[in-house]
Amino acid sequence: MRGEGGPLLEVEDLRVTFDTEAGPVEAVRGVSFTLGRERLGIVGESGSGKTMTGRSVLRLVRPPGRIEAKRMAFEGVDLLGLSERSMRTLRGKRIAMVMQDPKFSLNPVMSVGDQLTEGLRRRDRLGKADAVRRALEMLEAVQIRDPERVLGAYPHELSGGMGQRVMIAMMLIPEPDLLIADEPTSALDVTVQREVLAIMDRLVRERGMGLLFISHDLTLVSKFCDRVLVMYRGKVVEEVMADQLHAAKHPYTQGLLNCLPRVGGAREPLPVLERDPSWAE
Amino acid sequence: MKALSRAWLLDPSPASRGQARLGQAYLGWLKLIRNPLAVAGVVIVGALVVMAVAAPLLATHDPIAQSLPDRLLPPLSPGHWLGTDEFGRDIYSRIVYGARVTLYIVLLVTVTAPLFGLLIGVMAGYYGGAVDVALMRFTDIFLAFPRLILALAFVAALGPGIENAVFAIALTAWPPYARVARAETLTIRGADYIAAVRLQGAGSGRILVSHVAPMCLPSVIIRVTLDMAGIILTAAGLGFLGLGAQPPLPEWGLMISSGRKFLFDQWWVATMPGLAIFIVSLGFNLLGDGLRDVLDPRSASGGKG
Amino acid sequence: MALIEIDDLEVTFGSGADAVRAVRGVSISVAAKESFGLVGESGSGKSTVLRAICGLAPISGGAIRINGAALGSRRDKGFARRVQMVFQDPYASLHPKRTIDATLAEPLTIHGLGGRDKRVVSALEDVGLDPKFRFRYPHQLSGGQRQRVAIARTLMLEPEILLLDEPTSALDASVQAEVLNLLSRLRAARGLTFLMVSHDLAVIDHMCDRLAVMQQGMVVEQIDRAALADDSARDPYTRELLAASV
Repeated sequence: MRGEGGPLLEVEDLRVTFDTEAGPVEAVRGVSFTLGRERLGIVGESGSGKTMTGRSVLRLVRPPGRIEAKRMAFEGVDLLGLSERSMRTLRGKRIAMVMQDPKFSLNPVMSVGDQLTEGLRRRDRLGKADAVRRALEMLEAVQIRDPERVLGAYPHELSGGMGQRVMIAMMLIPEPDLLIADEPTSALDVTVQREVLAIMDRLVRERGMGLLFISHDLTLVSKFCDRVLVMYRGKVVEEVMADQLHAAKHPYTQGLLNCLPRVGGAREPLPVLERDPSWAE
Repeated sequence: MKALSRAWLLDPSPASRGQARLGQAYLGWLKLIRNPLAVAGVVIVGALVVMAVAAPLLATHDPIAQSLPDRLLPPLSPGHWLGTDEFGRDIYSRIVYGARVTLYIVLLVTVTAPLFGLLIGVMAGYYGGAVDVALMRFTDIFLAFPRLILALAFVAALGPGIENAVFAIALTAWPPYARVARAETLTIRGADYIAAVRLQGAGSGRILVSHVAPMCLPSVIIRVTLDMAGIILTAAGLGFLGLGAQPPLPEWGLMISSGRKFLFDQWWVATMPGLAIFIVSLGFNLLGDGLRDVLDPRSASGGKG
Repeated sequence: MALIEIDDLEVTFGSGADAVRAVRGVSISVAAKESFGLVGESGSGKSTVLRAICGLAPISGGAIRINGAALGSRRDKGFARRVQMVFQDPYASLHPKRTIDATLAEPLTIHGLGGRDKRVVSALEDVGLDPKFRFRYPHQLSGGQRQRVAIARTLMLEPEILLLDEPTSALDASVQAEVLNLLSRLRAARGLTFLMVSHDLAVIDHMCDRLAVMQQGMVVEQIDRAALADDSARDPYTRELLAASV
């Protein structure tokens, strides 16, 4: 076992800046957090910088975007100081990322089986039969009922929920220590959503994986994660334990919670979030 | 009327339709001139236009006046800095006047072929089914022939001359535009904004002309600009073969054709108009590439508000 | 008499072995000035019901009646003045190359209505947009602002029925609240009839008096708001949705 003592991921004063003609635009402005072998949620509305925060960890921000941080370390190794080459060996193998839409993450002209076994055969030098066996195991682990059929299928032949589960299986095959999931279930129906969350939950509990769960859905995050960071305009405005979310103090977090309609709630107009410019300072 | 200032053009809340449109055009222009190659294209095409418009001012000699004592003078001769041809005509002046012929061809082709292609393509894509099959097979027939050969056949049937050459080029140039427009239409016709306007009671004509066609236009314009080099070359080719512009008109292809006889001893007679064709073709290609970045809906709509 | 009557509606895409029965025998009726919701997950056929009303999906069986008159296969201009629809994705439902002004004025031109300037400005004000947005292009607007424009567009013809296809699912929660409040206000002020589709039971519950739960093209349960609050939903699928949304 490696790096049991310290946190899995340490991020201190992370900034992501985009240089545009109109001058630099800061998408992430000084975000700090640490992540152990737990489920950490990042919640925010569109444009809050939550996705960029997740991508920064893998250094997947394309120019003109720049990543700066006082410290961004994975198991004590400084991620910003690594060469692109060493970064590539981390990506996928040690740190994996699941994105919102499987359509853009799976290769449309490769069968699911080829995509699942590609890494195993190339990186881990497994034989074909062994690689297929591992892929089948993983598809079963993500609750796919007929894994043999799915292995031979192409991404467009899968439904959205299946595609997302295949995507998760693909990311989990190398047994990463850290999984960054960016809105992994927003495209899924509630019933499938629950299964996918259960899979990730099991990996955290049984294998000690760290999970960075990025979502716009406060209620979902509060039910699923251990801790929640609430982001607003590139900053973390509040950090709360998930089960204490209803007791959140920041007016933005409260506003986000209150503006959601509730079954059986009052018929009067929903409270509208009044944004205070001082939150972003 | 407010001054046409930068701030007025870039006002995020324009006060009138005109200002909004000009502002968008100005943004496109700013984007275009950020690309140095596109600027080169703009300069070359601009120079062609200036040459054509101001030909009498720029030319040093009458383009058709013969002067046999001065025949086949090499470049940098006094008074003839690009030399003279076999009839003693100043090559520089002929190239300058030739810009008019080239621009004339380019303009005539651009107002005919793309419009026709757009019409066919948009109808085929929007109506689909039997209309699509009929129109696209008709297009395929034209696509099946090499352009120059088909143009040759048309000119041979219609008789040589510059208008017929343009007509022949236009007839052979439209099928690719129809294909491009159809492909775009297929992706657009299922869009919510088309469904929305249909729900407002708009008829097919209105939807095609004011909603579908404007979305296809950028791809067609890009394609036209990139094709322009080919069109100029085809026109020059027809001129070279004696089926386009007729002597003594200073058309570049025709000039190459007549210079061919002296290619080994008096290379400049054919080379100078050849260079002119090369530069102008290159200019249109560079401009087309630049326009692609500006007009392509996929890259243009990426800008967040 | 009900304003919208949908009777045993069937919508089938494709034919032969590839045929997909998207809507299978759906019957609902919506009274004038009522707000009715359709809830279900993706692929349940709820949006297809709306599209069938608008003539955007083929009706292969059953009937749709508006005010007692059965709809044929074509929707005429008269239909456009009675029924309008708000689409799910405001990024896709506004023409990217037309200004807000052009988009809002289009229905006026189609129906030969005058007073363009006045009507466009007042429509913008009705949906809470500053008139300075009038000559902007959609890409210069945020998602919520775009959806307001899309709502303004549907109101240009002063219809009595508004079909709402997941009008807030592409928006942030705080913007969703604003748009839902706007829709409620417009319905009260203009006496509109809503037929609203959403995957979010809480949104439907907030906006609608009665609702139908759809699964695999069929209505599994019709229930009113009070019964939902009383926890007297009977269908297991409705209960599952309910459990997921609290």
